[in-house]
Amino acid sequence: MALLEVESIDVFYGDFQAIYGISLSVDEGETLAVIGANGAGKSTLLKTIAGLSRPSAGDVRFDGTSIATLPPHKRVPLGIALTPEGRRMFPSMTIEENLLVGAHKSRPGPWNLESVYATFPLLSDRRSRLANNASGGEQQAAAIGRALMCNPRLLLLDEVSLGLAPVVVEQIYASLPTITAQGTTVLVVEQDVMHALRVADRVQCLLEGRTVLEGTPAELTRDQIATAYFGI
Amino acid sequence: MEWANAVVQGLLLGGLYALLAAGLSLMFGVMRLVNLAHGALAIVAAYLGYVLVQNTGLPPFATIIVVIPVMAALGWVLQSTLLNTALNKQALAPILVTFGLAVILQNLMLQLFTADYRSIQVGDLAGASIQITPEIAIGVFPLITFIVGVIVIAALQQYLARTKTGRAMRATSDDREAATLMGIDNKRIYALATAIALAIVGVAGIFIGIKTQFNAYSGDTYLIFAFEAVIIGGLGSLWGTLAGGMILGVATTVGAQLFPSSGTLLADLVFLAILAFLPTGLFPKVVNG
Repeated sequence: MALLEVESIDVFYGDFQAIYGISLSVDEGETLAVIGANGAGKSTLLKTIAGLSRPSAGDVRFDGTSIATLPPHKRVPLGIALTPEGRRMFPSMTIEENLLVGAHKSRPGPWNLESVYATFPLLSDRRSRLANNASGGEQQAAAIGRALMCNPRLLLLDEVSLGLAPVVVEQIYASLPTITAQGTTVLVVEQDVMHALRVADRVQCLLEGRTVLEGTPAELTRDQIATAYFGI
Repeated sequence: MEWANAVVQGLLLGGLYALLAAGLSLMFGVMRLVNLAHGALAIVAAYLGYVLVQNTGLPPFATIIVVIPVMAALGWVLQSTLLNTALNKQALAPILVTFGLAVILQNLMLQLFTADYRSIQVGDLAGASIQITPEIAIGVFPLITFIVGVIVIAALQQYLARTKTGRAMRATSDDREAATLMGIDNKRIYALATAIALAIVGVAGIFIGIKTQFNAYSGDTYLIFAFEAVIIGGLGSLWGTLAGGMILGVATTVGAQLFPSSGTLLADLVFLAILAFLPTGLFPKVVNG
């Protein structure tokens, strides 16, 4: 059975409609990549799954139960964790304190300070550094680690590569198999198509708030993706 | 030597200002809420202590056993009902709501206790002092006030730094929305912050009631000192609030020595000078997101 089911949701920001009837489903243990250009509705989709935005129509179900009206803090104990766009670290707290806050509503599981530091060795030396003074890559790794600290069943990753040097993006994506190996379901949103295709079991491409292409990385051609991505 | 004496007395007085300002500092730090009812709430606690001493014969300092939980409960209810709603409106709403609350509390106290001045009697302790040098004597009660002020601020600081809930408070202060993504219920955190703030203002209220005579409107003066202490120290910094309280305390006592007829003028001038030249206070939070 699907762990996450999004059923034809509409999402608005005031008068502006960001999502038009998007549906998706992710099976337990699967990695789904949602790709698309700026403004395609990718981040809004993740926010709606995490509870920061409410759909005006449609439903969001997690493990068979509708969660569309639950506030974000009640979704975390169910096992939904979002690494938000822009990382959103707590700037006045150290890296380690940020991780500990991630464990505020922790479920039992493999993730703790030790395993996060083992997965992201670059954080290990930076644990007592203020998040505000950490580099972009350190912040991104810490933001993912912070989301893992609650031992999520579903990890939502928003624009992991944004604003980072390619070598750092490589490092962070290299840690993804360690995460999925724990059985964690991952929904990753990316503008960087190449990285998304490499880690994903399935890909869904959005354009202006609608799904325009779906498939496995193997069955989709470059041209199909380019057409869907840019809408030309 | 009388100057040295004024400075020592001022530092001790600073402990009371800091005690009064700590709750204000916490509420502003955690939820950017400016609580204009803070002074009136201190006087509510003072009356509560007064009533307890009059009617139950409880020793004055022992009243905190009742006053702390009552004020904390009041804080929790106030935040969960009124203030959380106000925080969701525009920026001005909490200021208007707490201002209105102050007016209501003051008039309620006026009805219940008339405009007569009261004070909580502690007997000999009020005049007791320790002679340090021939010129400097430290009052036992101001010393107790100061020590309690320092302990409260140190304890609050440790709570925020070391406990899980304290971390959740700081996280909520840094980024409320990101904190909800960690499973933190910000409304609960806010209710807890206000409960702690009012518990502390409860202690401050008892000390005010013992130190001076008070009536329903006495809170206003203290509210101004508390705000000045918070701003001198830097918004959201607890140790800064203590330092701010001590600077104000010294300015008050030295000012009284220099210009006996102008009351707290010097303290207010010191505050204005710091606001003009160091608008972010002595210990600004270095974070800019």
